[in-house]
Amino acid sequence: MSAWDLFTLAAVAAGAFFFLAGTVGLLRFPDVFTRLHALTKADNLGLGLIVLGLLPRAEGVFGALKLVAVWLLALLAAATVAQLVARLARREGDAGA
Amino acid sequence: MTALYLLDLVLVPAILLAACTAVGTRDRFAAVVSFIVYGLLLAIAWVRLGAVDVALAEAAIGAGLTGVLLLGALARMGRRADEAAAAGPPGRTLRLGAAALGAAVAAGIAAAVLALPEPAPQLSGAVAEALPALGLGNPVTGVLLAFRGYDTLLEAVVLLLALLGIWSLAPDPAWGGLPGLRHRARPEGVLAWLGRLLPPVGIVVGLYVFWVGADRPGGAFQAGTILAAVWILAVMSALVEPPAVRSLALRLALVAGPALFLAVGFAGLGLAGAFLGYPAAAGWAKPLILLVEAGLTLSIAATLALLVAGTPERAAG
Amino acid sequence: MTSAATLYGLAGAALVGIGLYGLAVQAHVLRKILAFNLIGSGVFLVFGAVAGRGGGAGGGDPVPQAMVITGIVVALSATALAVALALRLFRETGRVTLPPDPPAGARDG
Repeated sequence: MSAWDLFTLAAVAAGAFFFLAGTVGLLRFPDVFTRLHALTKADNLGLGLIVLGLLPRAEGVFGALKLVAVWLLALLAAATVAQLVARLARREGDAGA
Repeated sequence: MTALYLLDLVLVPAILLAACTAVGTRDRFAAVVSFIVYGLLLAIAWVRLGAVDVALAEAAIGAGLTGVLLLGALARMGRRADEAAAAGPPGRTLRLGAAALGAAVAAGIAAAVLALPEPAPQLSGAVAEALPALGLGNPVTGVLLAFRGYDTLLEAVVLLLALLGIWSLAPDPAWGGLPGLRHRARPEGVLAWLGRLLPPVGIVVGLYVFWVGADRPGGAFQAGTILAAVWILAVMSALVEPPAVRSLALRLALVAGPALFLAVGFAGLGLAGAFLGYPAAAGWAKPLILLVEAGLTLSIAATLALLVAGTPERAAG
Repeated sequence: MTSAATLYGLAGAALVGIGLYGLAVQAHVLRKILAFNLIGSGVFLVFGAVAGRGGGAGGGDPVPQAMVITGIVVALSATALAVALALRLFRETGRVTLPPDPPAGARDG
């Protein structure tokens, strides 16, 4: 196992841990806003770590750029949707469980 | 037992759980959201089966566009109490009967799956043998555009027929008018911001998926779906109005792909001696296939977008 | 131990059963359309899994894959038409459920 393999393993495992934390937050937090907080923060970081871990295994520079683009697009979508859900929840006063 | 088989053992129950939630939950909104989750999990299942093209189609069409359609219709029909809720939960007899029926059909199909011979008869050998003549690298594109071109041509026509059906449901005052209700979004809001930011990226991604489809997973259907999604986002964020369905430019875009496909098909009669045949001379098949695919990408994007936009409801201004 | 492809084939069979149950039990038209889509994707999964046996992951047979893609697109167009019909029904009558079938004798009259 090379040093790059170890790096991949460590980064992907750390990413998976953040996904797990985000999911626990989704299930355990009391209202819409805290759940959104857990999901977007932890999952974006988790996905970033997984992408980071996969970079050494990408096919050339373009493969690596595509991975980074996937992460950026996911960040964008998560940030926007979190805003929209939070706005709707505040307007409808539906923030409770 | 490999680690990937463990993934299968987790993924299959997750898919079934999402399906059960989509069918069983009281809350209709939760049901549609579960259906979208189900579609995305199913896309991973298709990757596990080695069918990346299908995974792209399932994620974009099965989960994405179908989900948007159902969510939009749900918003129109209202989440308030209605006669479906007033009737109360379905009777015990009906539930038991339906469960027995579902279980019996599932058991029958499962028995058929288990009884099939191993290994399965395959056509991959025949496809791999004939593929070099087309100059393509993605066997699925070869099957879609050449070996089973009839299916794809008829499918493109089925899409148009469904759209005609939807348009023909328009009330008289809105006949030939603008599909769907007017969308509202705050012009400085985050949705309008995304609607301005994402289309350039989405168009590049869509064209890339179309171009790469000749040699790797992708192609006209997946690319058309991405382009349709970009347009739907722009309409939802109230940046553009959908065109009136009587617009000539729109109708030309809708029929361009099938018409081009038919023209190349008839040209095949003269050049290759068969309808939808491609000339055997080296180097001719791939440009023709790319031409048909380019037309199909445009038409599929327009058709899918208008299928989701729905019946005309406003008179053309 | 069943192979991965057979496992997904069995999952597809179960999905058809779940979808049939939903189609029969749910009264709301959108729920029926959703259940119908579950049946459809279950059939696709059975089809793809049956074709993927032996080959396993790493390619599989491209012919069924192309046909499943065709099927997914046709399923969407059918769903869109069904949703449009459901919305028209709702606008005309305010109903979100299908009217009950007339008794068998009434159709002949």
